Amino acid sequence: MFAYYLELALRSLMRNRALTALMVLAIALGIGASMTTLTVLHVLSGDPLPERSNTLYYPQVDPRDSAGHDSDKEPMEQVSWTDGKNLLQAKRANRQALMTGGTVAVQPTQSALDPFYEDARFTTADFFPMFGVLFQYGHGWNAADDDSSARLVVISSALNDKLFGGKDSTGQMLRLEGTALRIVGVLGDWRPNPHFYDLNVTNYAESEGVYMPLSTSQDLQLVHDGSVDCWGNGGAGQRPDHSGTCVWLQFWVQLDNPAQAAVYKEFLVHYSQEQKALGRFQRPPNVRLRNLMGWLDYNMVVPGDVRLQVWLAFGFLLVCLVNTVGLMLAKFMRRAGELGVRRALGASRRALFGQLLVEAGVIGLSGGIGGLLLAFLGLWLVRQQPTSYAALAHLDPWMLLTTFLLALGASLLAGLLPAWRACQITPALQLKSN
Amino acid sequence: MDILPILSTLRRHKITAWLLILEIALTCAIVCNAVFLISQRLERMNLPSGIAEHELVQVQLANIGNRSDAEARAKTDLAALRQIPGVTQVALVFQMPFTDGGSSNSGIKLDPQQQEDTVDVTQYMGENLLSTLGTRLVAGRDFRPDEFVDLDAAVTALHSGNLKGLPQVLVITQMLAERLWPGQSALGKQIYLGQGLPFRVVGVVAHLARPNRLSKGVEYSTVWPISMNVAQGASFLIRCAPQERERVLKSALAALKQLDPNRVVLQKRTYDEARHAFFANDRAMTGILVGVCLALLIVTALGIVGLASFWVAQRRRTIGVRRALGATRANILQYFQTENFLLATIGIVIGMALAFGINLFLMQHYELPRLPAIYFPVGAIALWVIGQLAVLGPALRAAAVPPVVATRSV
Repeated sequence: MFAYYLELALRSLMRNRALTALMVLAIALGIGASMTTLTVLHVLSGDPLPERSNTLYYPQVDPRDSAGHDSDKEPMEQVSWTDGKNLLQAKRANRQALMTGGTVAVQPTQSALDPFYEDARFTTADFFPMFGVLFQYGHGWNAADDDSSARLVVISSALNDKLFGGKDSTGQMLRLEGTALRIVGVLGDWRPNPHFYDLNVTNYAESEGVYMPLSTSQDLQLVHDGSVDCWGNGGAGQRPDHSGTCVWLQFWVQLDNPAQAAVYKEFLVHYSQEQKALGRFQRPPNVRLRNLMGWLDYNMVVPGDVRLQVWLAFGFLLVCLVNTVGLMLAKFMRRAGELGVRRALGASRRALFGQLLVEAGVIGLSGGIGGLLLAFLGLWLVRQQPTSYAALAHLDPWMLLTTFLLALGASLLAGLLPAWRACQITPALQLKSN
Repeated sequence: MDILPILSTLRRHKITAWLLILEIALTCAIVCNAVFLISQRLERMNLPSGIAEHELVQVQLANIGNRSDAEARAKTDLAALRQIPGVTQVALVFQMPFTDGGSSNSGIKLDPQQQEDTVDVTQYMGENLLSTLGTRLVAGRDFRPDEFVDLDAAVTALHSGNLKGLPQVLVITQMLAERLWPGQSALGKQIYLGQGLPFRVVGVVAHLARPNRLSKGVEYSTVWPISMNVAQGASFLIRCAPQERERVLKSALAALKQLDPNRVVLQKRTYDEARHAFFANDRAMTGILVGVCLALLIVTALGIVGLASFWVAQRRRTIGVRRALGATRANILQYFQTENFLLATIGIVIGMALAFGINLFLMQHYELPRLPAIYFPVGAIALWVIGQLAVLGPALRAAAVPPVVATRSV
C-alpha cells in the first residue's frame, strides 16, 4: 500500500513541479537556517569540562571601599593580589588555583625562527589536576615550585610542534623575555571552550601556549593581560598591582559536593568579616560562589547576536512552514473531486489520510535533506566569518539527529492539517458538483 | 467594488485564508524588526570617530625583556619617524577610537564628596595625541609640553595620593562637556577622580569616540597630558596623506627595525583597517539580517502567487459564469486584487501588533530602543505593494478566462 501511495504522491508532485519545488525549498531554507544558528548556539553554550564542571567554583569577594556602595551590587569579578594570596594560602578547598593571563616573547634558539609573542597563563600548581589538563609529555609543577618561583614552564602541543617538531621537549630550555626556563611538561589536546577560567582575555580563543608559575612571572616582572579594576586611589599601568586596590586575578576552587560548597561560602563570609575588622574591606560581606556553568551564565558568554540569529531563524522557519501548509492545503482541496471519487469507490478516510500524509512526508523529507545540505553550507559560511568562535562551528552527531527530528516534525506538522482537512470532504457533494 | 461577495468566498476557504494572513503577519513583524535592527547596525557602523581616519597608520611594537631606557628610546624612535618624507605628525598612544583590545576607563565625579560616579569616561593619553589624531579643538587649548607626566610616575603618584606628581589638566569632548555642565562653558571647571583628586578642563574637542564599551556613551572621552612608551603598551600613530599610507608604513617599519632589531611587531595597519575590523561583526550581522528579510519577502510573495494560482484554477468555471453574465476583464482583475488587499490588510494589522510585541521583547533582552512609529506605515505599504505585485500574475490569468468556459461541463 505504501509503495502505491508513494507512487501516487510522486505523480501528484510531478504534476505541479514549480509548486513542489517551492514547498521543498521553503522547508529546506527554514530548516537550513535554523540548524545553522542552533548549531552555533549549541557549540558556544557547551560545557567546557563536562566531567568536572559541577565541582568547580569561582569565589567572589567585595574588597572595595564604601564609595558608591549599594547593598544589592555584585561583588568584584576578579580578586586582588592580596585576597588571591590569602585565599590560596588558606587552602580551604580541595584544590585551588590563582591565575592571570599574559603575553610573552618567545626567543627560539633556532636561527630560522624570529622571536614571536605567545599567550601565556601565570598560575599555581593545582591548575593542572583541578582542570583535568592532559599531558603529552612530562607533568605540571608542584606547590614547592610555586613557593620557590622555580624557572620552569609547561607548553602547549602547538608550541611544541612549532619549536621542537613535536618531539618530547621536557628538560630542554626555553628563552622567554630574555630568561631561560626549563620545560617540564607538554600539554596534550586540551582546549576547553569557552575559555571559562579567564573570560577577560577572550571567550572562545585557542588556549595559551605557555604556562608558568604565577610567582615566577611576578619575579620576572612580566606584564599581564586582561581587565584591571581599581578603586579609591588605585590605578595600574602595565605592571601588575600588588597594593591590593586593583583586581586582576582569577581564583578557582574545587569543591566535591554542595555541602563543601556551603562550608566554603561560610568561609568567604568569615574572611570578608576578618578583612573588614582589619580595615581592608569597608563594605559588609558580599560574597558569591558560582559554579562553572553558573559563572558562564552570569557573564553571558554566548554573544547576544548568536541568540538573536536563532530567534530570527526560527521565525523564518515558522513563516516557511505556514507557507507550505497553506500551499499544501490549497493543493489537496483542489483535488477534492478526485478524493471524492476514491471515497465513493470505497477508500476509507484513514486510507485517504495515509495517502495524503505520504505526499506531505515526501515533501518534508526532501526539504529536510535539502535543509541538512543548506546547514552544512551555512556552517561553512559561519566558519568564514571573522569572529573568534568561527572555527568551532561544526555539526556533531547530536545536532545531526536534531536536524532529522526537526525536519521530520516540521514535515508532519505541515502535512497533518491539510491531510485532515482534505479527508473531511463529503464524497457525494464532490461527485455532484462535477 | 463590492467586498461582500469576496468575504463570502473567503469564508469557504477559512483555513487557507487564515494561513495566508498568518504568513503575512509573521513576515511583517519579523521584517519590521529586522529592518530596524539593520538601521541600528548601520548607525553604529557610521558613528563619527572625530579623527582624521584616512590619514593614520598604526605600528605597535613590543620589547623583548625589560629595558630601562624606554623613555629615551621613545624619543629617538619618534624623531626617526618624523624624518620619513610625507609624515606630518607622530605620537605614542595607548588607544584609538573604535578598536578592540585594552582601553583605559574611569569613573569621574563633579563633587569630591559624591558617592557614585557621575559618568564613566575613557582616558586617552600620549604626547602630541590631539594634533596627530586630527581632532578639532572648539574651545580652550591643547596641552603645553611642561604639563606632561610619564605614565609610571603618574600611577605611583596616584597610589600615594600625591597631587604634585599627577597631571593637573585635561581636555574633554563637547558631548561630555554638555553632559556634565549643560549650557555652560566647560573651560576652567573641575572634575574629580578616585578619592576626590581634582583636575581642571583646559580644552574641548568637537568629537572623539571611545575605543570600545560604546554603551557607556560613545563620545564620553577625556584626554590627559600623560606620556607613554612602547614598554607601557603604547603604539606609534603616524599621520600622512591618504595616498602615502602604504609607503609610510613600510618606511616606518624599516626605520624602527633599524633602530632596534630586538623588537617584535604586534600590529601594523592603517586606521581604516582597524576600524573595519572593529565593526566586522556588525557588518556580518547586517548581511545576515538583509538576507533573512529578502528570503522572507520572497517566500511570502511566492506563497501568495501559489495560493492565488490555485484559487484562480479552482474558480475557472465561476469566473467564466461571471464573465458570461457581463462582468468585464477589469472586474475579474479587481476581484482578485481586492481579495489580496483584504487579506494583506488583516495580516498587516496583526503583524504590526506582533512587531510591537517582538520589539518589546528585544528592548528587554538586547537594549534596543523602541521601534519608531514610521516603521508601521512604511512596512504596511511595502507589504501591500508586494502582495499586489504577487497577485498580479494569477489575477491577469483569471481575467483572461473566456466566458465560454461557463457553457462547458468539465
